[in-house]
Amino acid sequence: MAEKEAIRVIDEKCTGCTLCVKFCPFGAISMSGKKAVIDLAKCTLCGACVESCKFDAIVIREKEEKPAKAALSSYKDVWVFCEQKKSGVQSVAFELLSKGRELADKLGVDLCCVLLGDSMEEACGDLIARGADKVYLVDSPKLKAYQDDPYTRVLTKLIAKHKPEIVLCGATTIGRSLISRVAVALETGLTADCTGLDIDPEEKILLQTRPAFGGNIMATIISPDHRPQMATVRHKVMKEAVPDPGRKGRVIKEEFPEDVYMSRSKLIDIVEELEETVNLAEADIIVSGGRGVGSKENFGIIRELALSLNAAVGASRSAVDADWIPYSHQVGQTGKTVCPKVYIACGISGQIQHLIGMKSSDVIVAINKDPEAPIFSVATYGIIDDLFKVLPILTEKFNQTLS
Amino acid sequence: MDYLLTEEQQMIKDLCRQIAEEKIKPVAAEYDENEEFPWDIVKILADSDIFGIYLPEEYGGMGGGVLDLAIATEQLSWGCGGIALAFAATGLGAFPIILYGNDEQKARYLPELASGKKLAAFCLTEAEAGSDAGSIKTTAKKDGDHYIINGTKQWITNGGEAEIYTVVAITDRSKGARGASAFIVDKDTPGLSFGKKENKMGIRGSATREVIFTDCRVPKANLLGKEGLGFIVAMKTFDNSRPGVAAQAVGIAQRALDEAVKYAHERKQFGTTISSFQGIQFMLADMAIQVEAARALIYSAARMIDSGARNVAKVSAMCKTHASDTAMKVTTDAVQVFGGYGYMKEYPVEKLMRDAKITQIYEGTNQIQRSVIASALIKESLA
Amino acid sequence: MKIIVLIKQVPDTTDVKIAPETNTLIRDGVESIINPFDMYAIEEALRVRETLGEGEVIVVSMGPPQAEEALREAISMGCDSAILLSDRKFAGSDTWATSYTLSQAIKKVGDHRVIFCGKQASDGDTAQVGPGISMHLDIPQVTYVKKIEKIDGKSATVERMTEEGYDIVETPLPAIFTVVKEINEPRLPSLKGKMKAKKAEIPVWTAEELTCDENKIGLDGSPTRVVKIFTPPPREGGQLLKGEPAETAGELAGILKGLIIG
Repeated sequence: MAEKEAIRVIDEKCTGCTLCVKFCPFGAISMSGKKAVIDLAKCTLCGACVESCKFDAIVIREKEEKPAKAALSSYKDVWVFCEQKKSGVQSVAFELLSKGRELADKLGVDLCCVLLGDSMEEACGDLIARGADKVYLVDSPKLKAYQDDPYTRVLTKLIAKHKPEIVLCGATTIGRSLISRVAVALETGLTADCTGLDIDPEEKILLQTRPAFGGNIMATIISPDHRPQMATVRHKVMKEAVPDPGRKGRVIKEEFPEDVYMSRSKLIDIVEELEETVNLAEADIIVSGGRGVGSKENFGIIRELALSLNAAVGASRSAVDADWIPYSHQVGQTGKTVCPKVYIACGISGQIQHLIGMKSSDVIVAINKDPEAPIFSVATYGIIDDLFKVLPILTEKFNQTLS
Repeated sequence: MDYLLTEEQQMIKDLCRQIAEEKIKPVAAEYDENEEFPWDIVKILADSDIFGIYLPEEYGGMGGGVLDLAIATEQLSWGCGGIALAFAATGLGAFPIILYGNDEQKARYLPELASGKKLAAFCLTEAEAGSDAGSIKTTAKKDGDHYIINGTKQWITNGGEAEIYTVVAITDRSKGARGASAFIVDKDTPGLSFGKKENKMGIRGSATREVIFTDCRVPKANLLGKEGLGFIVAMKTFDNSRPGVAAQAVGIAQRALDEAVKYAHERKQFGTTISSFQGIQFMLADMAIQVEAARALIYSAARMIDSGARNVAKVSAMCKTHASDTAMKVTTDAVQVFGGYGYMKEYPVEKLMRDAKITQIYEGTNQIQRSVIASALIKESLA
Repeated sequence: MKIIVLIKQVPDTTDVKIAPETNTLIRDGVESIINPFDMYAIEEALRVRETLGEGEVIVVSMGPPQAEEALREAISMGCDSAILLSDRKFAGSDTWATSYTLSQAIKKVGDHRVIFCGKQASDGDTAQVGPGISMHLDIPQVTYVKKIEKIDGKSATVERMTEEGYDIVETPLPAIFTVVKEINEPRLPSLKGKMKAKKAEIPVWTAEELTCDENKIGLDGSPTRVVKIFTPPPREGGQLLKGEPAETAGELAGILKGLIIG
């Protein structure tokens, strides 16, 4: 029976050194009678303990019935699903192309784009210029805007037909809604919201690294026995591929019978909310305010600085909870994850939940009265001072020189 | 300290604490500033069945007693002593009906109180009759199937907001203390009106108004008990409600203690947190001792009342007096721990001090309470 | 007609702190809570029941035996009944296996018209289970729902949040909706609800009772495998700009201009 458990401690080998207890990120290991005991309810089978144990006393059960390697090796090429809105390919696709190119080169295979939409042929050239060897284009008025059913069906059929070994997709609302369904349909593995992708040099499989537990730990995940290996990738983490107009590639048009495009749900309208002039997730510069801003009116000072920098306005949860600014501006675990070039945190103490949402920004500036605010531990530049004294001067300086 | 609460009481405590933390605390300063009536909180309390805690199950309540009421009042007052009054003063207005209402009156009024659809208020105090309740001037004159009430009640909590008023008025002045009677008056009764809202030092999230009766015709069916029982109704009501005032006081005091301990950990002077100074430590310890002692006395008194004991005036007065004096002392000390910041409205403790003061005054000043306690002592010694 | 809410018990990450010396999680005293996004799912299910004036709200969770607490909390808010999916065989489930197992449970419940879940769980943040279920059950989905404009027993019109605003989507029922924070404000429990929750019998369904294909659950049913867990390297502490506001602001403006223009 014990062998059937997903993970177990081999008592004969366990020396009671407690090293694994310290390494377990989920607090699932305790000591009982000088032997390690794993609480399966808390264990996520992450393997941290297996690696930590110097005596090989912890084992994770291998899966039964491994598929034949030959079946897996019939899958080839790296695919990028290129999301489009209003016939414009989204920038996240260009980020995937640069990473996809790197992966395809390591594997010695082609990089292919999948583009679904209405009259999208013109966009294909740009995708090739940015690194695609092939573009699978499915053009139909029914695919003009994203809808779950037709997109799922088309992508599933394309993958089943061409058998790519890797499929990448942006971790956007569309990407996450679509690709989870495709992975279920294809009975294959999917890793969400990756921030790092690489190829294992020996096994030639995709190493997918993502933050877990609210960004406090990183996990590397593989999909060893299923193909394709699928991942959604966080926006703004990878660099965009730069177009090379001289690149050559092929556009392969695919067509499907009408019923493939059928949708049970109906898209009635697409509403764009204009109040937010700069999309937080896309912004290169973000000026954020927290509890230290003090009131709804005071947020004006944040907005003025943002305006002078053509930046988006962000906020911490406490500012949102106090109703100083709408939730759509919230950065952090329960808000948006952002990755701008410059993030200016004003009067934000820097609770872990906020840091999770912005700590991968290129440059972080912290302005806070409290020298012990945790925000300073992640800040590239810090000013310990009253934001009401510093910000107006900054705003003035930018208004002078950037205008 | 473990007060051996029943599972149900523990649930009441947890839920009221959750409401206090998540819903009341964040808005308390705003209500204190604007003096608005906290209808949004009333709705939350109603949806969570809190208004029914102390009302009989047959009328849609939870069947709890004075202890359950005190537990709820304490937790809600931790969030805000003023906002909690919408609930606690409804209890005060409801007790005359619970204690002296006939089946028909209970069936008519208690379900709507239990569901929180309606609030209640108790009307005794007048301009010339504060501690000396016996000198009230409001009269109720019998006229066929009705009583006609005339007079003005002062400083009525929930006045103008409540739908149900329990009122003490003189029906026969010649009978002295036995000449008063208690009535239930619906808000929409012609002749019932309200004075302006009082601008108070504390508990500003509660509504305090004059309740004015001008030839207000109340059906005979709304008489509580029988004629002449007015002051008995009032006294028995207070016996049951004073642990509630005490609980309000202890809730405020507990909050002051919590804030003071937290601040003492954060505030640095002379290069270290002020919690490392013995002068502060002793203050915090004394505050904690007083709060816990006050709570223990309240819970004991409430349990005694709930057990059906007869002479409860003394313990009821004791717990109210002790808890309210404690609240005043502890909130004053909390302001002291905060130092200059404590005096500023930006910080929560000055409000606690203002809110605490009323608990030494209303539902019988602490001087009157001491008289009650003393006369009970003397009576007992003679028995 | 049944309204099903899927919830997950997660560690309360608002409690989680990082030990600065070791850069590891401090787990002591971290409580288990209902995944915050699932709270909105519960509230919306209760509101749909109120809107329709009929229906039974059934809350389902897959997890260890202690996840029962989360189900009881859901009942205390007003859900009619709860089911716990718990079996050692479920251990090690990734999102594929989890969505399969939950789908099996939904099929067993039967007569589901509306299924709600939070947009994602705060511990995993994958947002994959809801869409996975829509595929396993072969029903329409609408993800990131921020408002239900209209619902009757046959169809619903909802607003799906997007990066730029929202889409208005009409879908036939049964369907699954994953909801976002904007959709409502979850209610508190009521005393009567708490008492009901205390007494409620919560059946535990195992793999056998769900007639699961054993190759599709737990570790064996999970295509993905975690191979490494590590703490991200701490961000380097930066440079402190010192002086009067005019000086520090000036220096910062100089640095930022270089970054932005360069």
